[in-house]
Amino acid sequence: MIKQKVRVKTFKIDDITVTGQSDQTVLEVAREHNIYIPTLCYLEGLSCVGSCRMCLVEIKGCRELAPACTSKIKEGMEVVTTSPDIQAHRNMILSMLFSERTHTCSVCVVNGNCELQDKTVELGLEHSLVPYLEQRFEIDASHKNFVHDPNRCILCTRCVRVCDEIEGAHALDLVDRGINTRIIHDMDEPWADSQSCTSCGKCVYVCPTGALYEKDISTEEKLKKTDIILNLIKSRKKDD
Amino acid sequence: MTKIRLATIWLDGCSGCHMSFLDMDERLIELAPYFDLVYSPYVDAKEFPKEVDLSIVEGAVSSDHDLEMIKKIRANSKTILALGDCAVTGNVSALKNLYGTDAVLQRGYFELADINKNKRYPSQIVPKLLDKVIPLHEAVKIDYFLPGCPTPADAVYETIKALIEGREINVNELTRFGK
Ligand code: SF4
Ligand code: SF4
Ligand code: SF4
Ligand code: FES
Repeated sequence: MIKQKVRVKTFKIDDITVTGQSDQTVLEVAREHNIYIPTLCYLEGLSCVGSCRMCLVEIKGCRELAPACTSKIKEGMEVVTTSPDIQAHRNMILSMLFSERTHTCSVCVVNGNCELQDKTVELGLEHSLVPYLEQRFEIDASHKNFVHDPNRCILCTRCVRVCDEIEGAHALDLVDRGINTRIIHDMDEPWADSQSCTSCGKCVYVCPTGALYEKDISTEEKLKKTDIILNLIKSRKKDD
Repeated sequence: MTKIRLATIWLDGCSGCHMSFLDMDERLIELAPYFDLVYSPYVDAKEFPKEVDLSIVEGAVSSDHDLEMIKKIRANSKTILALGDCAVTGNVSALKNLYGTDAVLQRGYFELADINKNKRYPSQIVPKLLDKVIPLHEAVKIDYFLPGCPTPADAVYETIKALIEGREINVNELTRFGK
C-alpha cells in the first residue's frame, strides 16, 4: 500500500488562521487551537463516526452543515463554528435526541452526571422542540456488575467503539434500524451470557448517558471515566 | 405601583414544585408587595379568574380536565410559566405513556383493588385520562420554561423577580432537567 503523504494545510476557523495535518479533522484542529465545538458521540482516542451531529459547522461553499468530527481539513477552507442557524440546528438535534427515547432525568441513575443533560445547559435548551415519542425497551440487568437500559441510549456507539478498538473484544454492536436501533451483546444475548464480554466496564465508563451504568452505586457516586481511553492509549505506547 | 395578578396551579404534578415556591422562605415577603395571588392551591379560590398577568403552572396534562384547565389558563393569562420537569417535559407523570393508559387503569382499579364490586372504572367526577400525558407546550403556547424536579427555590425566585422587573435571564444557569 502506498502511504499518502501527510501535508500541512492552512485554513480558517471563525476567521482565525489555523494549520493542521491533512489527515486531521476540523474538530481536532479546532481543539488544538482552543476553539470550542460541542460534541457528544466524539471521544478522543476512539474512531469518529459522526452519529450525533452535535458538532455541525458551516463550511463556506457547502450547501449543508457538516459534522466537524468527520470532516477532513482542506487547504483554504473557511469554517464557521457558531451562528444563529447552527445554534438552531444544534437545538433541534438535541431535542430529537431527547424525544426519541425516555430521558426522564429526574429518575435517571446518572442525574447530574450525564453529558446529554449537560448539553441542554450548554446550548440553553429548556424544553424540547419536538413531541416525545416514548419508545419503550426492556432493560438488561443480567450482568452481575452492570445494567444496560436502551431507553436512555442516544446511539452514539462510544461503547461499541471502545469495546472493539480499546478492549479488543467487540462484544457490542447495533441491531435493527431507525427508532428501534439498540446496542446488543454478541448475537443479542443477555449481557450475562455474552461469551466475548470481558466485564472490563470500559463501555460503562464512556457512555455519555444513563444507558450503561454500574449496579449498587448511588447517583452521587456515579462518575463517568472518559479519560481512561487516553490514559490506556498512552500507557500502551510506553510499553511498546 | 400596580401589582401583577398572579395565579399558580398544579395539574398532573406531585406538588413538589409548589413546595419549592414556598422554599423561597423569607424572599416570599420580599416578593409579596409585587403581586396579588388571585388563584392558587395556597388560597381558597374556586374559579380560575380572568385577566391574570402571570400563571405559574406545575405538572403535565394528563386528563380531559387538565386539558380544559390549561386552555382556560391560556385564554385568561397574559403569560404562562411552565414550572418543573412535569410541566416542561412530562417527566414522572409521563412515565405511564410507556405502558399506555389502559394498562395503568387496569393495574390501579382491578389488579391492586381490594374493593371494586362492579368491576368498572369510575366514570363520574373523576376526570378521564388522556391517551398520552403531554407537556404543557404540546397543548397550548407557553411563554417561559423553568425545568428541574423540583425546580430549585433559587431558580423560582430569580425567575419571578426577573419577570416582575421585566428583564431577561438565562434559566439554564439556574436549573436543568432532572436536578
Ligand atoms: S464490559 Fe468491556 S468487554 Fe464487556 S461489553 Fe463493555 S467494553 Fe466490551
Ligand atoms: S449505550 Fe451509551 S455509549 Fe452505547 S450507544 Fe448508547 S448512549 Fe452511546
Ligand atoms: S417536576 Fe418533580 S417536583 Fe415538580 S411536580 Fe413534577 S415530579 Fe413533582
Ligand atoms: S461529535 Fe460529531 S457527529 Fe457526534
